[in-house]
Amino acid sequence: MEKVFGRPKSLLAVRTHYCPGCGHGIIHRLLAEVMDELGIRERTVGVAPVGCSVLIYNYIDCDMYEAAHGRAPAIATGCKRVHPELTVFTYQGDGDLAAIGTAEVVHAAARGEQITTIFVNNAVYGMTGGQMAPTTLVGQKTTTSPFGRSAKHSGYPIRMSELLATLEGAAYIARVSVHTPKHILQAKKAIKKAFETQIKGLGFSLVEVLSQCPTIWGLSSKESLDWVEKKMMPYYPLGEFKVPKEEKV
Amino acid sequence: MEKRFMTGNEAIAEAAVQAGCRYFFGYPITPQSELPEYLARRLPEVGGCFLQAESEIAAIYMVFGAAGAGARVLTSSSSPGISLKQEGISYIAGAWLPCVIVNIMRGGPGLGGIQPSQSDYFQATKGGGHGDYRLVVLAPSTVQEAVNLTMEAFDLADKYRTPVMILGDGYLGQMMEPVEFKKRKQQSLPPKDWTLTGAKGRPRRIIKTLYLQPEILEQRNLTLNRRYQEIIKDEIRAETYLTEDAEVIIAAFGTVARIAKSAIRILREKGIKAGLVRPITLFPFPYQTFAQISDKIKKILVVEMNLGQMVEDVKLGVCGKAEVFFYGRTGGMVPSYDEIVVEVEKIVKEP
Repeated sequence: MEKVFGRPKSLLAVRTHYCPGCGHGIIHRLLAEVMDELGIRERTVGVAPVGCSVLIYNYIDCDMYEAAHGRAPAIATGCKRVHPELTVFTYQGDGDLAAIGTAEVVHAAARGEQITTIFVNNAVYGMTGGQMAPTTLVGQKTTTSPFGRSAKHSGYPIRMSELLATLEGAAYIARVSVHTPKHILQAKKAIKKAFETQIKGLGFSLVEVLSQCPTIWGLSSKESLDWVEKKMMPYYPLGEFKVPKEEKV
Repeated sequence: MEKRFMTGNEAIAEAAVQAGCRYFFGYPITPQSELPEYLARRLPEVGGCFLQAESEIAAIYMVFGAAGAGARVLTSSSSPGISLKQEGISYIAGAWLPCVIVNIMRGGPGLGGIQPSQSDYFQATKGGGHGDYRLVVLAPSTVQEAVNLTMEAFDLADKYRTPVMILGDGYLGQMMEPVEFKKRKQQSLPPKDWTLTGAKGRPRRIIKTLYLQPEILEQRNLTLNRRYQEIIKDEIRAETYLTEDAEVIIAAFGTVARIAKSAIRILREKGIKAGLVRPITLFPFPYQTFAQISDKIKKILVVEMNLGQMVEDVKLGVCGKAEVFFYGRTGGMVPSYDEIVVEVEKIVKEP
């Protein structure tokens, strides 16, 4: 009998440490499926972040570095410059990429570094226990914004995709979500496009994935999916903010 | 062999190229900018890559990435920039990656100044970043020695899978001297069977520093420490100069050791038999040299371009067997040979 659905080869058959309802598991799977479909597992090197997904190297079956907080794009740069023939990606959360690692990602994009970044935005610091992130929405309560994020006190959440899309070196920038099956399929398409952008040598590519964190948000899994749609998506609109020039008609 | 007239900064850069280094990541800072400038021209000629990073922090992680990918890789900076690199140096040491880091020291703390200094001795030899690790620290005192030690540094880094620091000062970086680039004998080095190149036909590899179980992290650190013990056993280098008949010893490293040699010649003309011990490796430190010399010579003057850093290691080596005196200038001021002569005369006169 033909097997029509199974575990991607690039995804290791192990239990993850993620909380029930977390988006990382879905996004890891999409990444693994894309690696399988492009046939690049054996020539891919990944860079893990600091944050909930630091242990991604236990789940994805390829060579991997573990970076310091925010520094993944710099490590990816060093690797890619030595091995331009490899496909190099970073997998980063919003605290990692949009706060402590802002300089590294902005300049990797500005250089048109031939790497792909999967940027998971769940509007909080998860691993450290739910502190305010650079992406925390105004009014959102976290352990370090206990009365809700005040714009007057802490400013406004950063829309990284829009910011990065202004850079010439950025070739493909998209924001997707994984809160419904339809959105998951769209997310996969974007991730594949981002890797293809790198493989074609067109420049820096990044996919921002809005992702649910029911544990830290204090919501049920179902409620957290609604929260992505009702709270995050109005501030973080989905779409492609930059596509490679060769695709422009 | 052809001699070339070069600044220390340029000579170190060329030595790195001749040692097989093809990658440089760095950020401009005085007084070492001639080093990256030289490599920006030179590395493309040999199929390498020079990349100016957005910060010292990014630069050291680019080094991390390139080292993990199997390349011989260099970065250079000066004191404030080296402080910024400390986070990454800790990660590189923890991930057991080889690389070479050049620090052309200037006066501190803070922005300090751009004149030569040796005030990063503690930072270089006692840790610098967080965690239980060491750097191999090489302290050249001439441009030629900077060339030789730079070439050797890449072999040491690969041999022990550790970052190696070339610790010079603004004088060494800026000074021009004739140098020759002798081909270094091929060393037998361990195979790089840990590099990330894509897991084609082999199990995947991971380069990481996170070990949440303390039992495992302790084992990692003990392994690292065994490597440091091997380095201490096999890699100590020091120069002794006119110590055989000496009644008083000057201890100095780098540029100051050259000034001390001039002072020693004047002292000997005056009838004071002075000699020099010059540590070339600051880690591993030549404690034994000082232990032996203090069996017969009872007065040692340590001279540094700081307010007393290496002097602590000299005292550890001497272990109370001789009197240890200190003379230092700081903030970019350089001790003159006259000043050293006066200091030596002072301590010799003391009963």
